[in-house]
Amino acid sequence: MEQTLAVARQLYRRMYLIRTAEDAIVKRYHENDMKTPMHMSMGAEAIAAAVCLAIGPDSLCVSSYRSHGTYLARTLETDRFFAELYGKCGGTADGRAGSMHLSAPEQGYLGGSAIVASVIPVATGAAFSLKRLGRDAVVAVFFGDGAIDEGSFWESLNIACAWRLPVLFVCEDNGFAVHTPAGVRHGYASITDIVSRFRISAAETSTTDASLLHAATQELLADMRAAQRPGFIRMHYYRYLEHVGVNEDFAAGYRPRDEYEEWLAVDPVTTQRTRLLEAGVAEDWVAEMERGIDAQVAHSIELAVAAPFPDECILFRDVMTNENVDIS
Amino acid sequence: MKTLTYRDAVNAALHEEMELDPSVFVYGIDVGDHKRIFGTTNNLVEDFGPDRCFSTPLCEETLVGFGLGAAITGQRPVNVHMRVDFLLLAMNQLANMVTTWSYGSGGSLRVPFVIRAIIGRGWGQSYQHCKSLQSIFGHIPGLRVVMPATPADAKGMLKAAIRCDDPVLVIEHRWLYDAEGVVGDLDEIAPLEGASILRPGTDLTIAATSWMNVEAMHAAKILGKAGVGCEIVDVRAVAPLDDTTVAASVAKTGYCVVADTDWVPYGLGAELAARLHERCFDSLKAPVKRVGFAFTHCPCSRPLENLFYPNAGQIVRAAEELLKLPPVDLEGEDFYSYERKFRGPF
Repeated sequence: MEQTLAVARQLYRRMYLIRTAEDAIVKRYHENDMKTPMHMSMGAEAIAAAVCLAIGPDSLCVSSYRSHGTYLARTLETDRFFAELYGKCGGTADGRAGSMHLSAPEQGYLGGSAIVASVIPVATGAAFSLKRLGRDAVVAVFFGDGAIDEGSFWESLNIACAWRLPVLFVCEDNGFAVHTPAGVRHGYASITDIVSRFRISAAETSTTDASLLHAATQELLADMRAAQRPGFIRMHYYRYLEHVGVNEDFAAGYRPRDEYEEWLAVDPVTTQRTRLLEAGVAEDWVAEMERGIDAQVAHSIELAVAAPFPDECILFRDVMTNENVDIS
Repeated sequence: MKTLTYRDAVNAALHEEMELDPSVFVYGIDVGDHKRIFGTTNNLVEDFGPDRCFSTPLCEETLVGFGLGAAITGQRPVNVHMRVDFLLLAMNQLANMVTTWSYGSGGSLRVPFVIRAIIGRGWGQSYQHCKSLQSIFGHIPGLRVVMPATPADAKGMLKAAIRCDDPVLVIEHRWLYDAEGVVGDLDEIAPLEGASILRPGTDLTIAATSWMNVEAMHAAKILGKAGVGCEIVDVRAVAPLDDTTVAASVAKTGYCVVADTDWVPYGLGAELAARLHERCFDSLKAPVKRVGFAFTHCPCSRPLENLFYPNAGQIVRAAEELLKLPPVDLEGEDFYSYERKFRGPF
């Protein structure tokens, strides 16, 4: 029970952090100082929180360009996060990477990519390393359902299964590849059904309850470990905002607003807060944690706004190891 | 110091580096089959086991992404592509991922990843087993592209590539595999940057890549009979490109032919010509001449194929035009001796 409560608190801390950081982005994006294309995690918070917590600190993760959730759930830090979004010194890559390529290798978050599905092969290679080194850990790779249309998803799935690599494929399924619905993209009924024909542990969820997602991930990880094979989990969620940007897009006509309202009624962040209170966690404790995160985010934004832009020499830094090479 | 064929030099480099560093492994389509990539991966499976040398499914893009993932988590992968043409399937990983990961991680993650790609003709391989493409690869920041032309470089540069923390593409011409030469010892590596003078001369610079150094030597012999002293500069590395050595040679000779195993438009010759104009414009007595593939697709039929690939004869004619010399009689010169050794099928 105590352990369950501890997990519930940790899940909520991560989800509240993601939501608060993104609320701040929504509020300030119009100022035009965060000049990077935002692919918002809003609505998907439970997935990043549950999976990042379940895989543990020794595991690794890589993600798509919709990566705010993964980054924050993994690192719990916002100074480097906001500095990167503002293109400033002190960012994860001193402003060279932006929202779509956040990384925190020292905390096992290897990075993200703006090319759909392109990190999936990278996850297989990292998993090969873990296996060679004999580590009891996995590589979680986060991708949207658009990525399952790409060849490299199937190539990587095949390799991971053939070579029994510890890859956890996490399909964050919002039903759209950008704006194109699954129904017109797929020549099959269920991706989970197809994937489960491979030598893999497969599961599917449609809840926004982070504790349930955490339990489902743990169950899958246990099955992967027992069977010495990779895992695939398809997690349904609803993307609250437009594909890229910080606004709603229900007026565009490709998805109805009432669909959103249905999902909003089971909003993951609110749901987890209710779960905590129901489990007997004092509201004061919850409120204090929230105030702490509010202050953290506000402070990080202040720091990022005040930070200098990177020096000109950063333009060429880390293209190659030898910076004196004349590559002009 | 011992004498090895280029093929065995590549093999020795792999053996030595795998012996020295357990994080090195070799993988790719057919690296472990009975043909062993023209013999260059001989005995790796036997000596290091199937965990460190293994054949893979046919999925070039994922194989290159796999190498990136392994490289940023402590391994030193070597991925082999039996034809450079196949590497085009992995251009997404190469141009979008492998070459950007160090930059995007603010230098926290380096990518010690070697890709070997094989170029060169047999006969009848047509237009999808014939390319070279170094100018395309050299165009991408963050990628080292080297083209060893001698057994010494084949060994030394591959060893250096494996030890390098940057991604390195090693382009090997299959006709060079039988070339013999003295190679370095266990501890010797050859620099991944810098051109070298293969043959000194005073009248004309021939800057050549890979197999074209062999053609250049042949051309130099023919031109020597006409009293022209050719200086042959083996370019060695396409990226980063050492234009200083070429410019120093041209400052001496005043003339330059770039002989490249690639299509001419937008190619290495264009890049070198531009740089020579920037660096030693006043020394040039005539515009730089470029020799390379005919700008068409590689045909199957042998007589047409001979027109596609450049050879010593074309270098000789380019030199004569530059130096305003009458064309020497090339009757009796054997330009295709190597092709006649090839018995196929692949």
